[in-house]
Amino acid sequence: MSVTSPTPAGRVRKDTTEGGASARRRRRRTTGLDRAVVAVMVGVPTALVILLVWLPAFGSVLLGFARWEGIGGLDTIQWIGLENYRNIFTIYPPFYPALQNNLIWLLFIFFVPTLLGIFLAVLLDRELRGGRLYQTAFFLPVVLSLALTGFIWQLLYSRDQGLVNAIAGTEIDWYGNPDVNLWAILVATGWKHVGYVMLLYLAGLKAVDPSLREAAAMDGSGEVSTFFRIILPVMAPINIIVLVVTFIDSLRAFDIVWVVNKGRNGLELIAALVTQNVVGEASRIGFGSALATIMLLISSVFVAVYLKVVMGGQK
Amino acid sequence: MPRFRSRDEYLASIVPPSASATAGLRRRSFLKGTLAAGAAIGFPGLLAACGGDQGGTGGGGGGGGTVTWGTNESGTTFAEQHQAEARDFESKNDGIKVKINAVEHNTFQENINNYLQGSPDDVFTWFAGYRMRFFAERGLIGDVSDVWPLEGIPDSFKEASTGNDGKQYFVPQSYYPWAVFHRKSVFQKNGYEQPKTLDEMTSLAKQMQKDGLVPFAFADKDGWPAMGTFDVLNMRINGFDYHINLMAGEEAWDSAEVKAVFDMWRSLLPYHQTDALGRTWQEAAQALQKRQAGMYLLGTFMNEQFPENERADIDFFTFPEIDPAIGAGAIDAPIDGNCMSAKPKNEEGAKTFLKYLASPDALTAAVKATKLPFISANENADQSAYTELQKKSAELVGQAENIAQFLDRDTRPDFASTVIIPAFQEFIKNPDDIDGLTKSIEEQKQSIFAG
Repeated sequence: MSVTSPTPAGRVRKDTTEGGASARRRRRRTTGLDRAVVAVMVGVPTALVILLVWLPAFGSVLLGFARWEGIGGLDTIQWIGLENYRNIFTIYPPFYPALQNNLIWLLFIFFVPTLLGIFLAVLLDRELRGGRLYQTAFFLPVVLSLALTGFIWQLLYSRDQGLVNAIAGTEIDWYGNPDVNLWAILVATGWKHVGYVMLLYLAGLKAVDPSLREAAAMDGSGEVSTFFRIILPVMAPINIIVLVVTFIDSLRAFDIVWVVNKGRNGLELIAALVTQNVVGEASRIGFGSALATIMLLISSVFVAVYLKVVMGGQK
Repeated sequence: MPRFRSRDEYLASIVPPSASATAGLRRRSFLKGTLAAGAAIGFPGLLAACGGDQGGTGGGGGGGGTVTWGTNESGTTFAEQHQAEARDFESKNDGIKVKINAVEHNTFQENINNYLQGSPDDVFTWFAGYRMRFFAERGLIGDVSDVWPLEGIPDSFKEASTGNDGKQYFVPQSYYPWAVFHRKSVFQKNGYEQPKTLDEMTSLAKQMQKDGLVPFAFADKDGWPAMGTFDVLNMRINGFDYHINLMAGEEAWDSAEVKAVFDMWRSLLPYHQTDALGRTWQEAAQALQKRQAGMYLLGTFMNEQFPENERADIDFFTFPEIDPAIGAGAIDAPIDGNCMSAKPKNEEGAKTFLKYLASPDALTAAVKATKLPFISANENADQSAYTELQKKSAELVGQAENIAQFLDRDTRPDFASTVIIPAFQEFIKNPDDIDGLTKSIEEQKQSIFAG
């Protein structure tokens, strides 16, 4: 074993710090325990990841090539090759709307609530009077589950009995009209997302060294240019977190459309389609798994981009 | 450069001392260790989790004369009725105890596959129809043929309780018909008559529009209420047998027959409430209650949306005939009841209990506890507690020539929920592309029924 056999280089290095023999002995004594500790620390999480993430993911990919109603043993699975994918791309009407909606969702959440949340955080960072109150008010929706958010907004959006139509005197079918319901839902989701991003960003801003601002002010930099040239670059780690949170939230968006109408009629999202097919009485396990695989592929693109940015940043 | 005797030595030399302690964990042994750890930690955990779940739903059982009863109502009036029935049964059958395992309605419905494949209760609430036969065919429901014949249960209900192999797998308890509801006071005030033919109905609808009423309340946000409209139109235009065959996947959805149904539906849509896809059936029922709409095609559960003191004002008629050769004898009247699991812990007790649940006593116990009767599947049940509406419902079903169970109970549930619901919603949005719509339904049907 390479570890225990002393090497010239190791001895030289060790000798300069402490007694070579005692160091070697100490190393030998801790080896067994260290190995056990590392084995546990690396092994347990790896095992959990493999069991709970990779095996199910692999299973989904595999089941995507099958027809199975989820009843009976594994021998009742019929392997049908690419038929599920062919059906998804050719005769499954909700698929393309779902792709489009997911994309709109991502773009909207990034350009409106995320930027708005950052803007609010910058404002609140200026120690306004009653800042705490605003902060709490903006953050409050975050505490509610998305499902509950969907329900609350349902009360506002109901066509015949909702508050919005009652106040505005309109008869817009907010949740039912497929031309507007996605936007209505995005407002409800954004309402939540703003507070979340605001809090994340505010925490980051509070941590920025005030002397940076002072120095910038001394050098005659204005508010705006200080923010964009000094604060924003310093906040790089937070910016990445906010971006990742936005991406993840957009891809897993599901609960709120599920509460509203189970992801149908203008509110199709890939995650909702997967659930429609797999969970519940339907049990089109193979078809749903094929959809889940498509979703996995799409998310991997974002994950890859994210990893590249993060890893690149660390070099 | 020092000279190394082996690659290992060289590698060890470049690793800092603190890290080299771990280098002995070679890749292979590391993987082995990981897998072992996985086996030791992951699997038992998963198994324990599964076991826990099943234990939870499985209930106690075993204890001498205990029958477990899985019910799909929790915290509702129906749940109270279940309690009352169980207690009444216990008092009449010395020594048999009933343990209720109540689950919220939708959860029960959505988990039925896992529930039946885990350790289901001896007796559980379910519906007649395709889904029941589907489970029976896969051996997930117990044969209860020897419970039959049940005194007072009509033959049409026995037929609905029979699996594809000719044996009975279901015991009916109650039912509710679908019909066109309206307020008596509105009809009286405006001098409307219940229509007997399609022409009478359309002229009534036109008159209602002149009088400032929406003729038909309509809602399909949840996806299933519109199925009731399709069912009744199909049964009126193409007849009951065609409807059942279509549901079973034996007729084509892009046939001229089905297109005729959508055509008729399209011609009636202008008399329906607009923006149906954002409205729940509760809201539509309230439009009827508020006298904004004149009629509403729904199940009798619609009366929940009326305040108690206004319920006597509700009346209904069966959807009028469209083709005199076919008539108006077929209706949707879903039957609720109970099944026995495939391997009950207490089979004898379960069958005794099933018999009780279909008997007039069950209704009596339920009425005593909640004052609210259900419409008993048993003709001998004491009808004195029935509301006028329920008496009329019983009459309607008694006269019906054929009874369908409702689209999502008469066909494959995956087809109903992933194809039909989006398709009907698409139709309501855009009723003009019937050819494209029916073609798409048929393509998807073939991919689902191929299995």
